[in-house]
Amino acid sequence: MAYSDKVIDHYNNPRNVGSFPKETPGVGTGLVGAPECGDVMKLQIKVNLDTGVIEDAKFKTFGCGSAIASSSLATEWLKGKTVDEAAKIKNTDIVNELKLPPVKIHCSVLAEDAIKAALTDYKEKSAARVVGAAS
Amino acid sequence: MALKFPIFMDAQSTTPVDPRVLDVMLPYFTERFGHPASRNHSFGWEAENAVDRAREQIASLIGARDPKEIIFTSGGTESINLALKGVAEMYREKGNHIVTTAIEQRAGLDVCKRLERQGFEVAYVPVGADGLIDVDLIRRAITDKTILISVMFANNEIGTIQDISSVGKLAKEKGILFHTDATQAVGKVPVNVEAMGVDLLSCTAHLIYGSKGVGALYVRRKGPRVRLAPMIDGGGHERGMRSGTLPVPLIVGFGRASEICREVMPEESARLAKMRDRLQDAILSSVDEAYLNGHPERRLPHNLNISFAYVEGESVLMGLNKESALASGSACTSATLEPSYVIAALGASTELAHSSIRFSLHRFTTGEEVEYVGRRTIEVVQRLREMSPLYELAKEGVDIKSIHWKAE
Repeated sequence: MAYSDKVIDHYNNPRNVGSFPKETPGVGTGLVGAPECGDVMKLQIKVNLDTGVIEDAKFKTFGCGSAIASSSLATEWLKGKTVDEAAKIKNTDIVNELKLPPVKIHCSVLAEDAIKAALTDYKEKSAARVVGAAS
Repeated sequence: MALKFPIFMDAQSTTPVDPRVLDVMLPYFTERFGHPASRNHSFGWEAENAVDRAREQIASLIGARDPKEIIFTSGGTESINLALKGVAEMYREKGNHIVTTAIEQRAGLDVCKRLERQGFEVAYVPVGADGLIDVDLIRRAITDKTILISVMFANNEIGTIQDISSVGKLAKEKGILFHTDATQAVGKVPVNVEAMGVDLLSCTAHLIYGSKGVGALYVRRKGPRVRLAPMIDGGGHERGMRSGTLPVPLIVGFGRASEICREVMPEESARLAKMRDRLQDAILSSVDEAYLNGHPERRLPHNLNISFAYVEGESVLMGLNKESALASGSACTSATLEPSYVIAALGASTELAHSSIRFSLHRFTTGEEVEYVGRRTIEVVQRLREMSPLYELAKEGVDIKSIHWKAE
């Protein structure tokens, strides 16, 4: 299968590979996929607690080149967005940007799931902190 | 010598035509273009003689007693189709049961699936963790309705070589026909249909430095005389089992390729095995949690299959494919998203089945190429592990199986 130039670029020069400590305030972690399906993505966001803007994002991915590229691209797009804006990233945006073939669309779906999971984790932790602070 | 890129290390998918093979083929495209079934002029006789010589060369490589036992086809897939469907149709009155293995190549499995839809029953015998079939399991799978046992000689992914002689003996004892898919073994390791008790054998030219587009099915003529219902009807060529004009240039090349393999096999297999072992040692000694798939000794000399835990096969190949050509068991490279059923059949975790890489060497592989591919593979796997959330979790001491994964 021929890969698009953008997929190759993200594979060769992945953006934002790495991890944040999960318990740092403002960090949201999404871990999606399954090893037996051949794809696991860990995507993390670091939100500025004052502004609600995603200041940084990191990923680690087990999967094919398209899965790596999808998650790498997602971290690029997340940076600078508010939490609400981030929730609007759709898998089809990733498909279009990376020109993923039909058999690789599941990679973009997984990246969208990873974004949603990281946002949910961030929101749950913030809510817990608010509850914790109030009591 | 300077390396020439890309390096081809996918020789179990196909091989380049040996220049010596091409040389003998060329005249049969132009001046010696006759139809071997033209019985009344010299063009036909010349072509027929050339085809018969190739039959002898191939018969000699596989230890067949009579060159007439070689039936030409379009390749391994057609040979397997003809063997299985041909026996199934011809011997249907006798029974409707076939015994085969779980790790046959797709052609074998897919034909069996079709036969099942047509009312046949097929037993798929599992393999052990080392890829070997337990002949006793085959014995136990046999019923009084069994008309055919089909066991591959050497596996296309892991290279494991089965105990074909023992299966042949069992088949004789039970009076059941025995087919072996030897596409990966012929020309690489000693194959002898007489000594091994094989009744039908599939092989192909393009894996032994011949051309794509031609294969052969060995069909035993004596003790027992095997009969087959043809898949292709027409002029009654190939003893009525496979009609159609023979591709004479390809067949001539197939013959010469067989002859060369027979001559060079001892030297070539020793040389390839030595390089393969060096590659294996280099990788296994520098990458943790890399696992050899298949039997460590009973395997093809040019095959190496390794699973790299925590990285996915296709992503490894992507890191290498600018400079080298390898294969991954992970069928993520094809249209389906299934992991390798062969690696999975070994009882490996599905995750490891997604992570297998096959290195297959060939006649023209050099030591420098092996060294380069080994070094690059190690680099790519290490880079991908730095990127792998599973590797991170494992290093943190988390048992990956303890995580509740939400599968898509």
